[in-house]
Amino acid sequence: MIKLLVIGIGRVLRGLGTRMIERVWRLGAGARLFFLTIFYSGESFRRFHLVMREIYFTGVMSLLIIIVSAFFVGMVLALQGYNTLQKYGSSEAIGVLVALSLVRELGPVVTALLFAGRAGTAITAEIGLMKTTEQLSAMEMMAVSPIARVVAPRFWAGVISMPILASLFSMVGILGGYLVAVPLIGVDQGAFWSQMQANVDFRLDIVDGLIKSLVFGVACTMIALFEGFDAPPTAEGVSRATTRTVVISSLTVLGLDFVLTSFMLAV
Amino acid sequence: MDRTTIDLWVGVFVALGMAALLGLAMKVGNLTSANLGPTYSVSAAFENVGSLKPNAPVKSAGVVVGRVDSINFDGLKFEAIVKINIDQRYKFPKDTFANIYTAGLLGEQYIGLEAGGDEDTLKNGDRIAKTQDAIVLEKMISQFLFSKASETKADNAEPIPASTAKASDKKSAGKTLELGDPGF
Repeated sequence: MIKLLVIGIGRVLRGLGTRMIERVWRLGAGARLFFLTIFYSGESFRRFHLVMREIYFTGVMSLLIIIVSAFFVGMVLALQGYNTLQKYGSSEAIGVLVALSLVRELGPVVTALLFAGRAGTAITAEIGLMKTTEQLSAMEMMAVSPIARVVAPRFWAGVISMPILASLFSMVGILGGYLVAVPLIGVDQGAFWSQMQANVDFRLDIVDGLIKSLVFGVACTMIALFEGFDAPPTAEGVSRATTRTVVISSLTVLGLDFVLTSFMLAV
Repeated sequence: MDRTTIDLWVGVFVALGMAALLGLAMKVGNLTSANLGPTYSVSAAFENVGSLKPNAPVKSAGVVVGRVDSINFDGLKFEAIVKINIDQRYKFPKDTFANIYTAGLLGEQYIGLEAGGDEDTLKNGDRIAKTQDAIVLEKMISQFLFSKASETKADNAEPIPASTAKASDKKSAGKTLELGDPGF
């Protein structure tokens, strides 16, 4: 009986250990891929049309989902904010509320989450399928580094697209908030904009938001690339890798957001 | 180099991003309103700055004429030394009064300058002599309670002490106020 229990506990512990070691191994492999990508990115800048193509697929194709969701997020923020602020007789501060929450937090974070779902999955699936159909091995056979040809352009496209998408998200969200606050609810439009301008700092709010989105861009794209590159070359493997991309990207973005915010507010 | 439709779309994408950033900087942020032009620095000593922060506005007649540069504590006199930068276009008399006000009921605090009548003007590095501290709500309430208490004492046919009568006349907790009252 006791022997059975010990064996059972041993098996659980061994399973945990294996999973842990697997995680650490993947982290190391991901870091190696990251440095290799940086190392090979000179080539992708020399052939910039590759990056352009990827910006089209990751950035331009994400425009619709980003703009539509930003619009609704801004409108909801204005509605919810008004509901609470008018209790304190300061409904003019609604512009500040909408702008600050979008520029500081929601812009970068929601953009990154949507980006992981829209573009990250596409990257993982594409690279995973390239691996499954042995296109990557074929490239290596032709002495073409798959990292320089496939990974690096996608990486830089993601890093370039993310701040652009995030600033678009913030701006469209503020316009959505304006639409609800001013014509719909009837907040004075002068107060809406002037309070916003008085309380949103360019360096501390807008630039910090951009820095956040840049970091999220690196993280999301790198995770998507690594998951694709590391996927087992089977249909099941690719589908699992795609799921993992979304889960890990989302968790990483939210965790990084806390760390970055605490750094930015501490200064 | 042959142009492709992808180039066009990426161009549109980047242009949209630039426009959004420009909109954020101009319409949302304070990039346009924050710059004051050349300034000169003046300091003022307060016994209590409340929750005044660096970069808070300095206003005269409601118009922003400068910003708070730094707030330091003077360990010898136990005062707060506030350095403010004022736009060089505006000259203030030497006997200008510096007050700490609050915007709205719960808003941020700012420094209000009330011009005096002196012929000489403040120069770089000068010190504003006349200041009035931030209003501390607890002090005000305790003063109010104390003056109420002394009123009821007065009703009991006791003479009002001169200092407390003065205190109850004051609307705000100024520097001139005697804080040695037994209410404190």
